[in-house]
Amino acid sequence: MNDYLRIACQQVREDIVTMIHHAGSGHPGGSLSAVELLVALYQGGVLKHDASNPAWDGRDRFILSKGHVAPVLYSVLARSGYFSVDELSTLRELGSILQGHPHMECTPGLDCSSGSLGQGLSIANGLAMAFKKRSLSNRVYCLMGDGELQEGQIWEAAMTSAHFKLDNLCAIVDYNHVQLDGTTEEIKDLGDLQMKWASFGFHVIDIDGHQMEEVLGAYAEAMTVKGKPSVIIANTVKGKGVSFMENKCEWHGQAPNAGQWLAALTEILS
Amino acid sequence: MNKVPMRDGYGQALLKLIEKNNNVIAMDADVSKSTRTEWVRKKYPDNFINMGISEQDMLGTAAGLALGGMIPFATTYCVFLAGRAWDQIRTTVCYNQLNVKLAGAHAGISVGPDGATHQSLEDVALMRVLPHMTVIVPCDAIETEKATIAIADREGPCFIRFGREAVPVITNLETEFQIGKANVMRGGTDVVLFANGGMVHEGLQAAERLAKEGIELKVVNLHTVKPLDVESVILFALQTGAVVTAEEHQIHGGMGSAVAECLIQHAPVPMQIVGIRDTLGESGKPEQLMNKYGLSVEDICDAVRKVNRKKGEAR
Repeated sequence: MNDYLRIACQQVREDIVTMIHHAGSGHPGGSLSAVELLVALYQGGVLKHDASNPAWDGRDRFILSKGHVAPVLYSVLARSGYFSVDELSTLRELGSILQGHPHMECTPGLDCSSGSLGQGLSIANGLAMAFKKRSLSNRVYCLMGDGELQEGQIWEAAMTSAHFKLDNLCAIVDYNHVQLDGTTEEIKDLGDLQMKWASFGFHVIDIDGHQMEEVLGAYAEAMTVKGKPSVIIANTVKGKGVSFMENKCEWHGQAPNAGQWLAALTEILS
Repeated sequence: MNKVPMRDGYGQALLKLIEKNNNVIAMDADVSKSTRTEWVRKKYPDNFINMGISEQDMLGTAAGLALGGMIPFATTYCVFLAGRAWDQIRTTVCYNQLNVKLAGAHAGISVGPDGATHQSLEDVALMRVLPHMTVIVPCDAIETEKATIAIADREGPCFIRFGREAVPVITNLETEFQIGKANVMRGGTDVVLFANGGMVHEGLQAAERLAKEGIELKVVNLHTVKPLDVESVILFALQTGAVVTAEEHQIHGGMGSAVAECLIQHAPVPMQIVGIRDTLGESGKPEQLMNKYGLSVEDICDAVRKVNRKKGEAR
């Protein structure tokens, strides 16, 4: 299983640099840091979903709060069978099913549009509440960026998750320490994230977000928690897998040129 | 005349809606006693969610509830709903055409002593500009109840706004209410007044005053700002040849702007807009504020006289 997932991650990384290169714009850094988190979710048996029936009511939901990393989600959805892999090359083009930021009415498999940072956890809370009110066992997952935690609405939402005891909710922080203008420490320090989420009433799971075993273990642990929401703090590397992109804020939102694209592919495949 | 706060109509409607449909959820941001969603908490606690003082989070949560098959009514003071949570409404609710209902209470200048921070004078403009949004400004408690029930049945994002003060009840159970359909409240041939909210009653009073001067004012309740009843707006403008609008809102971007946009394209006639003239408000008693900020019966009369004279000059 893990070999299969390792290869899947490699494939998704290829897709990310290729589609952003073709598009000429996009966000490779944060897409590459979230690869294991999404591959585990969609292809590691964590998320209940059915690519042949994207509107299945019994599916779990995934909200990509950091909507700018759409490429990683598009690749995972395509590789899961929601639409043809060929579509990936149309990213950000006029009329494409793959908008620059996720639009649920365009892309099969998307559970919500996103792109204005800070809103995803609130939406995930609402879904989790709806499932509880309807006595359904569906779970909700929400991936946030670390820079995104500077948005106040995230913490309003965190209070909501805990107050309403949303144990069918699993929040994930892609903790790669880099945002557009610099490191999170330079721009606005997030402080002790573990303590912050714990004090807000979350069950906190701290992992290496690139170790598949740890990622799968974290999702499994979150499912066992009762009476409170969980958050996985995934320690990751921005631009993971492409050495010249790693930990560089310049690669937050920049497309690789032809030479950089080939160099990236060579590294990913080696 | 019997006076009732419009929010009472809102609260009554929510109770009726929930009685029929358990998926209706009343949400509030810690002002439930004022907005009357407290009535839901008391009678149907499972259908009430108090989000605390976090309007942006409330809108996001409402979006999630809608995605999960519920019909949430996100309710709070109008300025904190339409203003503070605008991006959440735009990018999550409207972009996804989610079935979220927005109710802005304590709208307008007549909210009074709390002052400018709590006087929502821009919300109609903010909501009207959003794609997919329905915008309704009812004129009394009965119409508020009907409008609330109507937006629950209408798929997609809908916004309704109402003031705090008790206002005269000028419609009855038989008065027709249809989203997007203007209601003629009084016939008249010289000038047509399009009014909404509490200004409809002011308009009827103005019509009586003007009749004594020999000016016959047609008074139309334009409760739906979007979608605008383009047909009626054009028809009445052409019939009378002069238009006045009156609303408890900034003159920029509100119902008057909507009417002007329509008329300039289809039936340009002399027009006057009665509303707040590009300023924030201040503390005061509701009636004092309505007078100071140009929303009195006499202000409407002045606008009608002015536009009626212009009509004569144009001919």
